[in-house]
Amino acid sequence: MNAPPRAVDMGIMSCHVCRLVTAYTDDKHAHCPRCGSPLHGRKHASVSRSWALLLAAAMFYIPANIFPIMRTQSLSSKDDNTILSGIIELWRAGSPGLAVIVFTASIIVPMLKFIIMGYLLVSVQRSSDMVARQRSKLYRFVELIGYWSMLDVFVVAILSALVHFKILSRVEPLPGVVYFGIVVVLTMLAAMSFDPRLIWDKRKSQ
Amino acid sequence: MSDTHEGNAPSPDELPQPEVRKSKLGFSLIWLVPIVAALVGISLLVSHALSAGPQITVTFLTAEGIEAGKTQVKYKNVVIGKVTTMRLSKDRTHISVVIDLEKDAKAFATKGTRYWVVRPRIGASGVSGIDTLLSGAFIGADAGDSEEDQADFTGLETPPAVTHGAPGRRFVLHSSDLGSLDIGSPVYYRRIQVGRIFSYELDKDGKGVSLQLFIDGPNDRFVSKDARFWNASGVDVSLGADGLKLNTQSIATVIAGGVAFQSAPGPHDETPADEMAEFTLFNDQQTALAPPDGKPLYIRMTFQHSLRGLAPDAPVEFLGVKVGRVVSVNLDYDPVNKTFPVVVGALVYPQRLGKADEKLRAAVGGNEEQQMPRILHGMVDHGLRAQARTGNLLTGQLYIAIDFDKKAPKVAFNESTKPLEVPTMAGDFDHLQEQISSIVDKVEKIPFDSIGKNLDGSLQELHGTLKQVNGELLPEAKKTLQGVNKTVGTANDALSEDSPLQQNIANTLEELQRTVRSVGALTDYLGRHPEALLRGRGADAPPKVILPSTPKQGKDVQP
Repeated sequence: MNAPPRAVDMGIMSCHVCRLVTAYTDDKHAHCPRCGSPLHGRKHASVSRSWALLLAAAMFYIPANIFPIMRTQSLSSKDDNTILSGIIELWRAGSPGLAVIVFTASIIVPMLKFIIMGYLLVSVQRSSDMVARQRSKLYRFVELIGYWSMLDVFVVAILSALVHFKILSRVEPLPGVVYFGIVVVLTMLAAMSFDPRLIWDKRKSQ
Repeated sequence: MSDTHEGNAPSPDELPQPEVRKSKLGFSLIWLVPIVAALVGISLLVSHALSAGPQITVTFLTAEGIEAGKTQVKYKNVVIGKVTTMRLSKDRTHISVVIDLEKDAKAFATKGTRYWVVRPRIGASGVSGIDTLLSGAFIGADAGDSEEDQADFTGLETPPAVTHGAPGRRFVLHSSDLGSLDIGSPVYYRRIQVGRIFSYELDKDGKGVSLQLFIDGPNDRFVSKDARFWNASGVDVSLGADGLKLNTQSIATVIAGGVAFQSAPGPHDETPADEMAEFTLFNDQQTALAPPDGKPLYIRMTFQHSLRGLAPDAPVEFLGVKVGRVVSVNLDYDPVNKTFPVVVGALVYPQRLGKADEKLRAAVGGNEEQQMPRILHGMVDHGLRAQARTGNLLTGQLYIAIDFDKKAPKVAFNESTKPLEVPTMAGDFDHLQEQISSIVDKVEKIPFDSIGKNLDGSLQELHGTLKQVNGELLPEAKKTLQGVNKTVGTANDALSEDSPLQQNIANTLEELQRTVRSVGALTDYLGRHPEALLRGRGADAPPKVILPSTPKQGKDVQP
């Protein structure tokens, strides 16, 4: 096993913003001499932050799914839909394609993020050396798909802004969508606080 | 590896050696985020747990209009819960609806609460639930009185007529049948609707119907302990001495039926009746307002003639007052006389005689059991007889009239027989028949044949006489008339203007005129020369006097 040396090993680190290479320091308050942004060899408390945000997101995910996110009101009926019931209704109403998209964006993507982030964090904490490459790919995937989860929030926001025909038909956002938005934001923050370089760090101990 | 490291190090002395810090287990501010999330979650859970009301199950016959997750439960149009699930019962006869009540609707999960599905309904007495046409059906609730918790309810199929807490009182009516009444049928007091029927059921023995009605406050105070209820359904047509009467409470009762009530006429108990007091529902106003009948007395009458037209329920009248009704009409066989007498059983209500009854009882004395036979005995001795009379000449309906007949032959009356036997006499119609037959007999005795013959002879004579008259008398009469005619014609001629008679008369009159003038002249002359009477006319020539032609005048003048 002949792994390339890390910057830390060579006593240097780079600025995340302007990419200036400086001498390594452990000081939390170090700043880049060129652009003034904070300097750190690894993101500060990355794992614990990630964990905290991920857990918070997971907690909010429960009310986000239980509470209705949207109320569709028409002359004859009033419907409160949660994410899942909305998807079922879409499917029944004859738009399975749309149902699949919403299901992917609102259910699969957040679940994937929880699973992947959880796996990454656990593997980092256990200093696992397995499939490090694939794990970093997973991380990039999580970052990529993160914002697509906002789809649901946008649908609700746009609908409630557009469909406003007094008693004839009306769409109102309900608290569920707020929790869902929080979930999406928190998972994105969790992914951002995670420092993928940690995946490679632990090999040193071997 | 160490080569590379050393070669690339810019100034290892100035910079501290790099070190990867293990993830901290210590507290970091970032953990506030999940704590806040947990707090939010917990608070949501707690608020949900606190706001969650009891869950109840209501069974209905049909789930028409109910949708799981959508149908709301409303009380006074305020949402108090929501249907969460629906399922079919195991025996598939009904459906169970699981309802999540809200927390403050806890009082609706108690015994006595009623649930029903509000759907648009159109009935004879009105239209309800129109708003549900658009909004969809909902489940209505009405709280009960009880504090006792209950989770399983049986839903009503029709909305209850009376909501809980409405001011008013409930009463029970007993009737032999339901008639055209139904739940929601109106109850009228002086033709104002004051309540409605809200339930009915068969009596346990199946021999009648009990109706529950609700009178809205404050009108419930008019239901006195002596109130009389009657069925005011339909149209009451009565033909009386004052003409045809058509009576109905309102058009609605004609279609949907109804009940009316009123206090008994005359002095009565004015205190309002208690809740759930029981009353009898009479068939019509007349019977309802009639004085109470009291204990009936069963009497028997044996008639010796046909009683065609007498049916059970025919009235029994005493001196024109309806005192009872016929309950049975049966044939009997009398082996001694070999006849078929008709035995009529009747119930009479002595109390309907009013004061007469009281006075009679007081007069005969004795205990109640003995009174009636004694009274009856006395009356039979005075000629009390039962008689079947024709009540309606068109249909031949009979009724039993109990009247006094002074001429009736005496009969023995046994006070101890049960039932009491009232002696009878032939009906007036039978009398009429007898009279008519005697008249017919008399008529038959008249010798119509000889009368006819005599009449014929007389007529022939008359005929001959008339012929004579025609042949002889009439021509003569004709002649006479012609003669008369002629005479009249002559008379006519004589009197005509140009007739000689007329001319003669004219001449005569002229003559007379002249004579009168002459006499006038003479008298003038004599007035002037009275001596002329003695001496005659003087020498001087007097005016020439035309001598009258009449001899009498001439005589007078000439001397």
